[in-house]
This record gives sequence, C-alpha cells and structure tokens, in this order.
Amino acid sequence: MKVIFLLAATGILFTTACSSHASNATPTSPSISFQSGITPGMSGPAMPDMSGMQSPPASASATAADSPSPQGGTAVAIADFKFSPATLTVPVGTTVTWTNQDEEPHTIAAKDGSFHSPGMDTHGAYSFTFTTPGSYDYICSIHPFMAGTVMVTK
Amino acid sequence: MSGDNDPAGMTRRQLIRHGAWFGAAVVLTVAGGEVISHVAGSAGAAQQATRPALRFAQISDSHIGFNGPANPNVADTFNHAIGQINGLGYTPDFVIHTGDLTHLATPDQFDQVKQMLTGLNTPRVFTVPGEHDSTDDAGQKYRQVFGAGTRGDGWYSFDIAGVHLIGLVNTLNMQKLGHLGTDQLQFIEKDVAGLSSDTPIVVFSHIPLFAMYPDWGWGTDDATQALSYLKRFSSVTCLNGHVHQLFSKTEGNVRFYSGTTTAYPLPTPGQGPAPKPVTLPAGKLREALGVREVSYTKGQQALALKDQKLT
Repeated sequence: MKVIFLLAATGILFTTACSSHASNATPTSPSISFQSGITPGMSGPAMPDMSGMQSPPASASATAADSPSPQGGTAVAIADFKFSPATLTVPVGTTVTWTNQDEEPHTIAAKDGSFHSPGMDTHGAYSFTFTTPGSYDYICSIHPFMAGTVMVTK
Repeated sequence: MSGDNDPAGMTRRQLIRHGAWFGAAVVLTVAGGEVISHVAGSAGAAQQATRPALRFAQISDSHIGFNGPANPNVADTFNHAIGQINGLGYTPDFVIHTGDLTHLATPDQFDQVKQMLTGLNTPRVFTVPGEHDSTDDAGQKYRQVFGAGTRGDGWYSFDIAGVHLIGLVNTLNMQKLGHLGTDQLQFIEKDVAGLSSDTPIVVFSHIPLFAMYPDWGWGTDDATQALSYLKRFSSVTCLNGHVHQLFSKTEGNVRFYSGTTTAYPLPTPGQGPAPKPVTLPAGKLREALGVREVSYTKGQQALALKDQKLT
C-alpha cells in the first residue's frame, strides 16, 4: 500500500510540475519559526556560532575491563540482553559485580533509584555494596525490558 | 530566527539537480508500471518543476563511540552519510538526527558528534536524544550540548513552510518501553491546540511511537495518548530511529516511518534472542546504512520519503 501511495504522490507531483511553470518556485528557502524565544537545534555552517554549546566536564565512567573477577555468588553476568542470574541472593554487606559480555552497552539502574551505573561498554563492570537488607529490582536503563533482582538478606 | 535560514536560494544548477532528484525518486516507486514510464518521460519537464515547499533530511543512530566488529569505524560511516546529504544537489531546509548520536553519552562523544554535525550543509540541524544519549544522567549531558531553546527535558516544536514539526523525547523514565510522560503529553496537547486541522504535522522521536516490537522495547507506552491529540489532523507523519532498519506502517491518519542507521544494523524483530548489533559480511555494511530525504509539496496530503543506502 505504501508503494502505491508513494506512486500516487509522485505522479501528482509531476503533474503539477508539468502544468505549472514554476508559478510558485520561490528562490528562497522557507524560514523556521518558533514559539519560544530561543531556537532549538544547532546552526548549520551558515551560522557557525556555537556559543552556548559547552562541552560538559568529564564525569564518571564504567570500571575498566580488567577489574578483578568477581567471586562466585556475588557476580551477575550480562549476556544476550539478560542478567544471569536474574535473581541473586546475598547477605547484607556483599559487594555485587555486574559484567557486560554484550557488544551493546548496558547499565544497572535500581528501580528505587538507590544505585545507577554509568553505561558499561563491552567487558565493562560495575560494583555496588548492599548495606541494607531488602529486595532490589533493577533494569538496564538503555534496554529497560532487561530486569533483575538482588535479594539482600540479614 | 528566520533570518538565520537563508541558504541563498536555488540556482539554475540546483534546479537541474533537483530534476535529477525527481528522477531518482521514481526508482523508489518501481511497482507502478505505467506511471513510472510517464514520470520518466517527464524528466525534462520536471527540471522546471516548482520545488517542494519543504525538503529536509533525516539521519539517525550514529552511535559515535561504538567500536565493535559490526562497524569498527562509525565516525567514517557517519561522515560518509553527511557527505551524501551534502551531495543531494540541493540544500535541505534542515537536517534532523533522530537520536543515539553517541554510543555512551560521554562528553568526548558528544563533542565529537557535535563537531561532525557542523559539516552538514544546511541552515539548521535538529536532534532528539536516544537512550544511548541519556544512559546515566536523564539526558543532562545531551541537553548541555543540544538542548538550547528546547522545553522540558528537551522537546520542542517549530513551523516551517506551513508544516508543524514536533521533536519529542521518549528515552527518559522508561519502564520497559519508550516513554513521553505527563509534562510532554501536556506540551503536545497545547502545542497543536491552535493549529488548523489541515496543517501537516511531522513528529520526530527516537523510539517508535508505534508498537514495532515491544519485547525489544520498540514502542512507546504512552504514545497512544500523544497521538490522540493529533487525530483531527489530516496529515501526520512520525519519523523515528532506534531500530536501525527501515519500516513503515499506517494507522488511521498517521504514517510511521522508522529510519535506518549510519552505524550498524540490528536484527529484524524477533530474529535472535536480543537486538544485538549484526555483523555483516565484508562489503555489505553500507547497504544496511543510509540517509533519508523527506519533502512536502503543498496540496499533497502525505510527505514524500526517499531512503538512500549509504553509497
């Protein structure tokens, strides 16, 4: 259906082209108007002034890939857009380490906001120490259909 | 701000090239037998055609900072896409980048992609963020670089050539799918309230506003509410990125078009366990990448799209 529609549109376009000899061929480009005072977006080369666009300062990044391998029972692997194990149970005070084995970056973001990793690129890792017992649901904020839970026992 | 947008009008040469664009557009419509031959024969006449009221280009998902095997040099393919737009034979009225400008939202990656975008020969470049641009800070670093003049968490609208365009942010506060949120929904409702129903509407977002494949997060949980405000308009066109492949769908008055990427392909929905980057055989990558031209001609209900593979 789309193809047929495009055909029709193109056909009409050409009919117009043949019958009207540039009757409304304005030599200038249309102008953009905004409701707010400042124009969003960035200028093209015609307006190279980039003032107001400042590079933000450097901030935290994911732990280097060569961080120590987590010990059994405190590690969560990320592979094929899944957390393994999806539910990890640890005693309070445990440091849990997530390691990304995907080519895509992932994050660890607690649903209650108590922890949030930076983007972890391939082989990147992130650790968090759980000091309060409870059940912590988390997702990958880049791919929020990925979900996991850490159960922290007393 | 309209004075900023004056790309020197259309020269004779551009007009001729413009005719070539029409000719090229026919290629897209291969299915149409008689119409094609008619159109092809009209190529000469088309050189005298009036230009569409609006012509812009869409690029998406440049993922600057990615360096996996699916594309070891995303900067190179993005530069190539920019060159392809600069070589269209006319100056697009603006270019929209529909998100995932960067791969990991680092300051260096934002700086690099901003610099690269200045190479586009167009009066204005618009962007919306992807989830890769807002991985860990709810889009703060994105807005520091690209948020000037926007509202809320980075959304905005503008008018050009009688067309109303809305840039949306649906990569924040996600539960499972893309998400617009109450503030942005209110913005959309008010934004279009005063518009005549025959105003063509174009909506940009990173994540599709239709349910392309919710299992992989390819949808927006409150898009239905947003689209309800657009029901009365006769022409609504939604352009998105995110899925790294071309796809289109019509629902009522709304036409949805997913654009491809300049970085690396993703699987078609449901193929494989996850939306992981696909590494193609050598020499095949560029066929999966591309840029898109969009034009609006007064009197046409729908916008005309032309997707080009990266050459």
